[in-house]
Amino acid sequence: MNFKSTIGLEVHFELKTKSKIFSPSPVSYGAPVNTETNVIDWAMPGVLPKLNKDVYRLGIMVALATHSHILPTTHFDRKNYFYPDNPKAYQITQFFQPLARDGYIEVEVRGKKKRIGIHEMHIEEDAGKNTHGTNGYSYVDLNRQGVPLLEVVSEPDMEDPEEAYAYLTKLRQIVQFTGASDVKMEEGSMRVDTNISIRPAGQKELGNKVEMKNLNSFDHVRRSLAYEEQRQQQVLLSGGRVQVSTRRFDDATGKTVLERVKEGDADYRYFPEPDIAPDHISQEWIDEIEASLPESPFARRKRYVEEYGIKEYDADVILQTKESSDFYDATVAAGADPKLAANWLNTQVNGYLNEEQVEIQDIKLTPENLAQIIKMIKDGTISSKIAKKVFKESIENGTDPKKYVEDKGMVQLSDLSVLEPMVKKVVDANPQSVEDFKNGKDRAIGFLVGQIMKETRGKANPKVVNELLNKELQSR
Amino acid sequence: MVKITKEDIKHVAGLSRLEFSEDELEKFTEQMGDIINMADQLAEVDTKDVPETVQVVDRDTVFREDKPEHWETREELMENVPEKADGYIKVPVIIDKDDNA
Repeated sequence: MNFKSTIGLEVHFELKTKSKIFSPSPVSYGAPVNTETNVIDWAMPGVLPKLNKDVYRLGIMVALATHSHILPTTHFDRKNYFYPDNPKAYQITQFFQPLARDGYIEVEVRGKKKRIGIHEMHIEEDAGKNTHGTNGYSYVDLNRQGVPLLEVVSEPDMEDPEEAYAYLTKLRQIVQFTGASDVKMEEGSMRVDTNISIRPAGQKELGNKVEMKNLNSFDHVRRSLAYEEQRQQQVLLSGGRVQVSTRRFDDATGKTVLERVKEGDADYRYFPEPDIAPDHISQEWIDEIEASLPESPFARRKRYVEEYGIKEYDADVILQTKESSDFYDATVAAGADPKLAANWLNTQVNGYLNEEQVEIQDIKLTPENLAQIIKMIKDGTISSKIAKKVFKESIENGTDPKKYVEDKGMVQLSDLSVLEPMVKKVVDANPQSVEDFKNGKDRAIGFLVGQIMKETRGKANPKVVNELLNKELQSR
Repeated sequence: MVKITKEDIKHVAGLSRLEFSEDELEKFTEQMGDIINMADQLAEVDTKDVPETVQVVDRDTVFREDKPEHWETREELMENVPEKADGYIKVPVIIDKDDNA
């Protein structure tokens, strides 16, 4: 029997604001426990939450980047629940009138393009963080309470784990390039819940749904879905019924484990939030935000490949993060040859980042300095060997490359009046090499180049030296 | 007219993690029934042609700028916390969170 899978994803993004959604408490990852909270976050009696304008701005950016329809009127609602991660005993979210609806993103799986629908996206507040001890207590940190979230709910349009993986990858890239979120799963600024059901091919009615929450990585998403497809098939084939339930993925065994069987819908008793005024989103504001949207990753890729002539693979490496793409664009804007810039970014700069375990936005090398190095290679001021030394100095200490090259006397030696006599001298001193050259041994030339490099302490322009040597040897 | 039953009270109490005695249940069922029925009188108002509203206060699109501010200190905020440890609020362990995100 053949089965069809139906997969839907709910993705939470922390929006990159400086303060919380309903209170001016600062938001910074890794602050000491309970130091970024105030009376509003603690829901002290009499406080009045007030909405952070930038939360809408960032949310609208994502809505625009995913072709979603922004609702002209929205309001917030209370979702009631009791749990120590939220002192209010309710979460303020958008249940009835979300920020936007009916968007889509386009993915490519196994060479086939497919549109995955976005059902809706809404703004809400994050809850605090509980750490469960083994001594019968939990420990609550409310720093995360009130951090703005954007929840993006897909349509159940995905039919296998690969499509889910492709959707997530694309969605993360789109959101990242708007600058609305850091999209770091390891820091919790992007969190994924999945829903999957299967049904026999030909059956119209969907099967019972299994939900998996808080998956740690895209890889876990793919593996847990693949496991669930198999598990649910086995259940159905053996005549059983799939339980409507929540399961969690166990990385060590690669299996999913039952967490909770659902009996009826959870009862959240939603009602319109009386503390927050309804919001009217004007078309003028939307237009303004649209005009400020950073260039999309797709437009950038097109520019890199078609205008700059960069290989698709290299373009994709640059486009792995917005920071790296911005760095690249700034390097090219500062006058670097686009192909050389791509090469240096993807090999030397990335090599350094991997070795030092740092991010591109935290290094001392500036795009301007990298452009200077590349320009000096291009115009023959320095050899590529020297360039690596200059690069190392610049990325480690932020040194100005041009000044460094001048101060250290690293300028490449291309002056014929200096090099010509040197070449003659070296050839005179090595008759054996002349002999070898005549006998067709090409590496003789390499030896002689080496001699000249030694003489000039690596500064001779290898291209010029090669030409001079060839001419000299042939004349003998 | 809505009839409030003992089961309704038990259900809502469970959601709020409260436990009531049999006597309390009786009392609250009756009281809650009275409250709901009083509120139900609102249904007698003719609301034909009145647009649906989610707010009765005359405010619209109230935003604040995204400027971080430090208000109270941790010590002030945690003054009433019964049990604390290393800056954390210490609470009885509840692993089984309902189905909320």
